[in-house]
Amino acid sequence: MQHVFYLLLKRLRAPIITIISVYAISILGFTLIPGQDDQGNVWHMDFFHAFYFVSFMGSTIGFGEVPYPFTVAQRVWATISIYGTVISWLYSMGTIFSLFQDQNYQRLTRRTRFINQVKRITEPYYLICGFGSTGSRIAQLLDNHNIPSVIIESKLKVINELETDTLGLKLPSLCANASDPEVLKIAGINNDLCVGVLALTIDDQANLAIAINSKLVKPERLVISGTQSKATTGNLASFGTDLILDPFEIFADHLMLMLKQPYKHLIYDIFVNPNHSVWASPYQDTHGSWVICGYGRFGRALEEQFKKHNITHTFISTDPEGYNAPSGTVQGTGTEAHTLQEAGIGNAVGVIAGTNNDADNLSIIITARDLKPDLITVARQNVRTNKPVFKAANVNLIMEPGRIVANEIYMRVRTPLLTECFDLIRKRDEASTRTLLQLISHSMDVQELDAWTFTIEEKNSPAITEAIDNGGSVALSSLHKDPRDREQPLPLVALMLKRGNDSLLVPPPETRLNKGDQILFCGQHQAQIHMGWIMRDHNTLRYIQTGKVGPDGLLWRWLKERRQKMRDA
Amino acid sequence: MNREKIVFAFFIMLALTLNFGFFLGEIDHPDHHSVYELYAAIIVSLIATVMKLGDRTHVGAVLLATSLVADLQLIIAAIIWGVMTHATEGGMTTYAMASIVSLSAGALLANITSVVLLIVETMTVRH
Repeated sequence: MQHVFYLLLKRLRAPIITIISVYAISILGFTLIPGQDDQGNVWHMDFFHAFYFVSFMGSTIGFGEVPYPFTVAQRVWATISIYGTVISWLYSMGTIFSLFQDQNYQRLTRRTRFINQVKRITEPYYLICGFGSTGSRIAQLLDNHNIPSVIIESKLKVINELETDTLGLKLPSLCANASDPEVLKIAGINNDLCVGVLALTIDDQANLAIAINSKLVKPERLVISGTQSKATTGNLASFGTDLILDPFEIFADHLMLMLKQPYKHLIYDIFVNPNHSVWASPYQDTHGSWVICGYGRFGRALEEQFKKHNITHTFISTDPEGYNAPSGTVQGTGTEAHTLQEAGIGNAVGVIAGTNNDADNLSIIITARDLKPDLITVARQNVRTNKPVFKAANVNLIMEPGRIVANEIYMRVRTPLLTECFDLIRKRDEASTRTLLQLISHSMDVQELDAWTFTIEEKNSPAITEAIDNGGSVALSSLHKDPRDREQPLPLVALMLKRGNDSLLVPPPETRLNKGDQILFCGQHQAQIHMGWIMRDHNTLRYIQTGKVGPDGLLWRWLKERRQKMRDA
Repeated sequence: MNREKIVFAFFIMLALTLNFGFFLGEIDHPDHHSVYELYAAIIVSLIATVMKLGDRTHVGAVLLATSLVADLQLIIAAIIWGVMTHATEGGMTTYAMASIVSLSAGALLANITSVVLLIVETMTVRH
């Protein structure tokens, strides 16, 4: 890679040599041409005065003829020199300015700036390849929690928008092809601080290249990749990509969960969608057939899930044969009433508008609702900025590929235990999930829920490890009390306890904590801060456990012991 | 050999010969050392330096360093000359002349080093 500084020097060689030569000739001329001093004697300018005169003449400052008025010969030479020096300066300046305008030069300066920015990062960061709807969301989520990220995006327009600060993010970003190993190298793929690589480009081959590169450099590092096809998914999995995300598969899975096991979906939704809206699905009848508009990747993912759960469904596609749609598919877009009727909207329980055109999707929802007002409506939103329209349309469930993937990644990055917790929840039955949901909603306001993990170790919870080391025991219930008033509970719920390889869902309050335990909590952010006091401050812990506020300083402790002894004696 | 190298060789060699010409003569005798020769040596040496700007090869970088040394020595010599003739009462002294010439002798060493490096490079890289 070429350095900007060398490029600058190389381009400036010719102009500098020109200036030196023109000055040298002008100065020499002035020392050779005879002049006249104030007494009329012949006088030769010396080098010092010649240099002085040419310096101010060349820069067009012009102090006049010094030290004596010039003779005609000197004036002729001065005239020639003025043109020579001014032209050589203009030439040099022109070269410098054209260099600054040069595309190559600008690319190089951006690259150099990017390299320096990446080098200056001192915290663990994530490398995001592809700044599309998913990449930008995840960068924003990470930024909200002060986790830095580095961005590589192939579209210059996107990078320019990022640099002009429309999102309010100040992140190192580079416009380059992320599948190029050299680019990944300067983005710090070899750097120990790079804790995760997110391959989220729209090109599957590029995602593959990024994932392979990262796994080869550091096999243990987290790699998350988006995918567009089953073949790529298999390929990514074959070399150990940690998380492979296909937004359509995830959504189809969630939709099915919502229809079949609404409480499990609700609990997931509470954590993953920060501004989730509780859908009435647990209280709504979802048995019946569905009409699905659009048969592409999304349609196929839905078809698989619907077939698995034996739910009758009819597709509407613009080109059933071209897309190889199943038999019985109605031809059309679904925006007209007669196509929907043909697909049996009259008997359907819900409609899914899953085309890749947002206007069509909205039109489908509105037309369908006109035909049957109590339909469950699900719409796919492709463009992020269309959010207000979809909100206004009052759709029951909005499927936004970018957001789905970003939320999954964010959950995985922020609280890996939460993913594990959901896996456990999915294995349980619906009734116990309902109980858990009730527990959560009774303990706190579910609108602004946060989840966090605490590990019982010296670094994070010195008070608790100290108590355990001194032979005492700390029950999980201790962490549920408010450090300001231990009679009051903190608005939080312990979701999961992980001890070694065993995970326990909703551990009972009397559980005794061991060193090395990982506990997943959910609750309001404020509760996390209060809980931190219990874990770090041994006085707070003692108050929580005994209700007593003991003396702290050496002197007071000594006084207390003395008084105790005197009383005993 | 490419043209860039020939032109550079010309300038670095010319810097050496001009400097040698200036250096030649009794060290403290002003009549033996022409101010024009010093001037020409400075200009040619500066041009040789600029020609090596931005050169990222190892030999190129070393040549840049040696010619910068020569520039530095010669420019200091010229400044002494200017100060002695214009800014002091007595004008040029033999002491000042001797130091000017010895500075140019230092620059001469740097010039010789440059030329030796150039010859070595030419001998080893034949293309």
